[in-house]
Amino acid sequence: MAALPRDLTEDQQALQVLNRLAFGPRPGDVAAVRAVGVDRWIEQQLQPESMADTSAARTEAAFALLAGSPAELMERSPPPAIVARQMQRAGDVPTMDDSARYREMQRTQGQMVAQLQASRVARAVGTERQLEAVMTEFWLNHFNVFIQKGPTMRHYLASYERDVIRPHVFGRFRDLLGAVAHSPAMMIYLDNAQSMADSTHLTQLEMRARPNALGRPAPRRRAGLNENYGRELLELHTLGVDGGYTQQDVINVARAFTGWTVDQPAKGGPFLFRPGMHDADAKQVLGQLLPPGRGIEDGEEVLDIVSDHPATARFIVRKLAVRLVSDSPSEALVARAITTWRRTHGDLREVVRTLVLSPEFFARTAWRAKVKTPFEVVVSAARAMGAPVDTTPRSAAAVAQLGQPLWGHMAPNGWPDQARDWMNTGAILNRINFGFAVGANRLPGASTTNWAVAREIAQSPRAAQVDRVVLELLGGDVSPDTREILNTGAHPLGDAAAQQASAPAPRADTTVMNANANVSVNADPMPMRNGTAPPRPAAGPVGRAGAQLFRALPPLSGLPQIVALAIGSPEFQRR
Amino acid sequence: MRRRVFMKAGALSLVTMGLSPSFLRRSAYAMARGPAGKGRVLVCLFQRCAADALNVLVPFGERAYYQARPGIAVPAPKAGAANVALDLDGFFGLHPSMAPLVPLYQRGLLAPVAAVGSPSNTRSHFDAQDYMETATPDVKGTTSGWLNRYLAAKGTCEECLVNGKPSAFRAVALTAQTPRILEGPAATVAMDGLDAFALRASNPDAAARIEALYRTGQADVVHASGNEMFEAMKMLRAANPQQYAPRNGAQYPAGPFAQKLRQIAQLIRADVGLELAFADVGGWDTHVNQGGATGQLANRLDEFAKAIAAFVQDLGDKMGDVTVLTMSEFGRTVRQNGNGGTDHGHATTMFVIGDGLKGGKVHGRWPGLAPELLYEGRDLALTTDFRAVFAEVASRRLGATALDAVFPGFNTSSAGWLGIA
Repeated sequence: MAALPRDLTEDQQALQVLNRLAFGPRPGDVAAVRAVGVDRWIEQQLQPESMADTSAARTEAAFALLAGSPAELMERSPPPAIVARQMQRAGDVPTMDDSARYREMQRTQGQMVAQLQASRVARAVGTERQLEAVMTEFWLNHFNVFIQKGPTMRHYLASYERDVIRPHVFGRFRDLLGAVAHSPAMMIYLDNAQSMADSTHLTQLEMRARPNALGRPAPRRRAGLNENYGRELLELHTLGVDGGYTQQDVINVARAFTGWTVDQPAKGGPFLFRPGMHDADAKQVLGQLLPPGRGIEDGEEVLDIVSDHPATARFIVRKLAVRLVSDSPSEALVARAITTWRRTHGDLREVVRTLVLSPEFFARTAWRAKVKTPFEVVVSAARAMGAPVDTTPRSAAAVAQLGQPLWGHMAPNGWPDQARDWMNTGAILNRINFGFAVGANRLPGASTTNWAVAREIAQSPRAAQVDRVVLELLGGDVSPDTREILNTGAHPLGDAAAQQASAPAPRADTTVMNANANVSVNADPMPMRNGTAPPRPAAGPVGRAGAQLFRALPPLSGLPQIVALAIGSPEFQRR
Repeated sequence: MRRRVFMKAGALSLVTMGLSPSFLRRSAYAMARGPAGKGRVLVCLFQRCAADALNVLVPFGERAYYQARPGIAVPAPKAGAANVALDLDGFFGLHPSMAPLVPLYQRGLLAPVAAVGSPSNTRSHFDAQDYMETATPDVKGTTSGWLNRYLAAKGTCEECLVNGKPSAFRAVALTAQTPRILEGPAATVAMDGLDAFALRASNPDAAARIEALYRTGQADVVHASGNEMFEAMKMLRAANPQQYAPRNGAQYPAGPFAQKLRQIAQLIRADVGLELAFADVGGWDTHVNQGGATGQLANRLDEFAKAIAAFVQDLGDKMGDVTVLTMSEFGRTVRQNGNGGTDHGHATTMFVIGDGLKGGKVHGRWPGLAPELLYEGRDLALTTDFRAVFAEVASRRLGATALDAVFPGFNTSSAGWLGIA
């Protein structure tokens, strides 16, 4: 490809790819990217299958509860609610031993949730296949599922990430969409597992039994259709809300997917198509006729239709451009990537390549144009501090504390990805306090004394320390004011204002509140909260781990303070 | 109150006489929809995981209630007896643990609503909470909560502005993370506690430097949010809500829920522009050994009732401007199960509390508990959509006008309201 003009300097280009196509630079990464060459680095990242990834293998080994198929997880760590129900059915009277076993099972469930959350942070921090991890997070969010949707969901999530999403992030969109549609996690989350032909339509089994039944026999009463997956497939997964479909399309798509269900979810069973649930009458979807008498082909054809639909290309391409380039990508860039989509029939590797090798990607207007999500704040801080992979729940707890509990987005639209969604008073306060927590060595593995950079500058004067921290954590690019404030403490508010700003709140009433008090943000859609049973099954262990993050932070001075201020600074909130 | 009623009637009569210049039309409309303005506060309390409505608001006048719950029914009121239902109107009684709320009922501040809830037939906690918080039953994709839409639709009254903008503490959730009910475009703050809204660095130097970093530099969304945050922090420090000890002899019980209510009262007293507060309380999913007049559920109700009673007592005559609204995603089965508990049901009970409400009366049509009257053969049937209660409170009590935007797809006309507010 001919070199296109790029606004950014070589160093900035290296930072740009590390901030957008990776989760931020580790110490030494900018030099490493420059040594390979920015374009060649991108090319390597687009071919993750050809990269060794020892870190990811080590990460997987650390999360033993997640190893294996959903059925194996279910066998090993059954949900207490299901075991209790089985006992109740068997008429067993619970003993003290059963109670103890029940509590132990609950504890294991909590640990499994903690590992599900922690493993995502660990992989993002550690993997060499950074772009694959970025895209996996993108698609996990696009095809959002919620961990508290029923007691079996958590057993499917490791597989959802590992087997459904990740293998397809550089494949064709149709294959990714198909893998999701065939996943128990999505079929359970959006209720398709329960959706069946309503009483006015023949199922495939009924039609087979009476091949000539064109009139309407009176089929037995059925619970009927659930439109949830049908609607979100069109609105959120493919065409987008303005994609030009009707309510009748939603109904007919839902009819096409009747019978797409899960075989024995209480045993962690796989996807299953049940002809006895499938509405086999004719239906029309987006102007195309699905003939009567068919089975699973109905849903497959719908997936073909929506994957090929021009509205889908536009919706997905634009969402990718917003993730990778800026909150308001140019129409020209989107149009070029749509052309790539059409030419390659939705090859996601080629679409991403078009976006990230574009002049727009390396334009000045794209520099620091994105505000980091809480996940990106925590992961980029860990990487910048050279932290080893954290196998405890604490880093994931920090992500939750900043307002983005992993697997914890209840609504199917996923977390938002634009600055306005993540920036508000509560969010800023949390991010500033997170910076202080990192300065106080509260983020596991991130130590201001063991940091490779710290060892080099520990004895340097403050000005030199500031320069180096600005280089490592803020890409060397801050305003003179910022540098001055970090350096001398002189700032426009003056000393009196500074004293006032930091005076502790007067307190007549000394009621002590929760030690794990924290402030959270109103980012459009919402975080996880009490779902199926008190006490919160999913947030439990993470909640306790999160409690330590902000608790009783010590006074910060010297290099730890500079690090804290840099991570809490406005510049670090951007990428 | 009297004057307000008169003005409302007066303005409307001008309209009917044909004398309706636009400003009068506007004010007539505003009046018809209820008064708005500074100091009107809505406090929403969510009992998560399905409180057992039938043992909270006990229909002791129903034989079927006692037949369905031989082991866990709350006994009918009886003079001089302890651990019996507390008679409200000869048919309904409150659970004995809710004794602190009886005086509120007698004074007309407490309006229980029976057989209310979501028309969705889901018995999933997750789905039902989602529906109650978005106020769009059976629609999953709703991205905002109804309280946030209420904030957006209502706008802020002019006297409520702080430096020309809505207060940072206009809507506060005393929760670790923003609840679904507050999701949406209007700014809200969620915090575990009042002392959480503070910088954690314990030295002035670090705090001053970080503030300076946000006070300089370009005018972008990050800096702007930072500036707002430091202004809000100053405001909270100056108002110092924690200086307000409970008044009027109010005693909050121990426990996190009561402490949250206490902090909401402090925010109201501190006059920081609070218009909406949210807190939740769990522990209601009583599938096993829930108890009757005493036991597990009784213990939960004890903190719940004491906390609310203390809150009302603490705020005293401010309760004319404060409305408390309690809710739970659904009720529980009419019949007790094999474990001395109850399973997931349908209609539930809400409480609306405030001075000037039509309290002292149990609202909502009672559908009866005879087996043939039950929803799907097992649950208390629903006679009032929860959105009718929300809409009436939002409109009559809080002055919201654009109800169709707050409750999309729901007929918000006052014809379906119960006459609570």
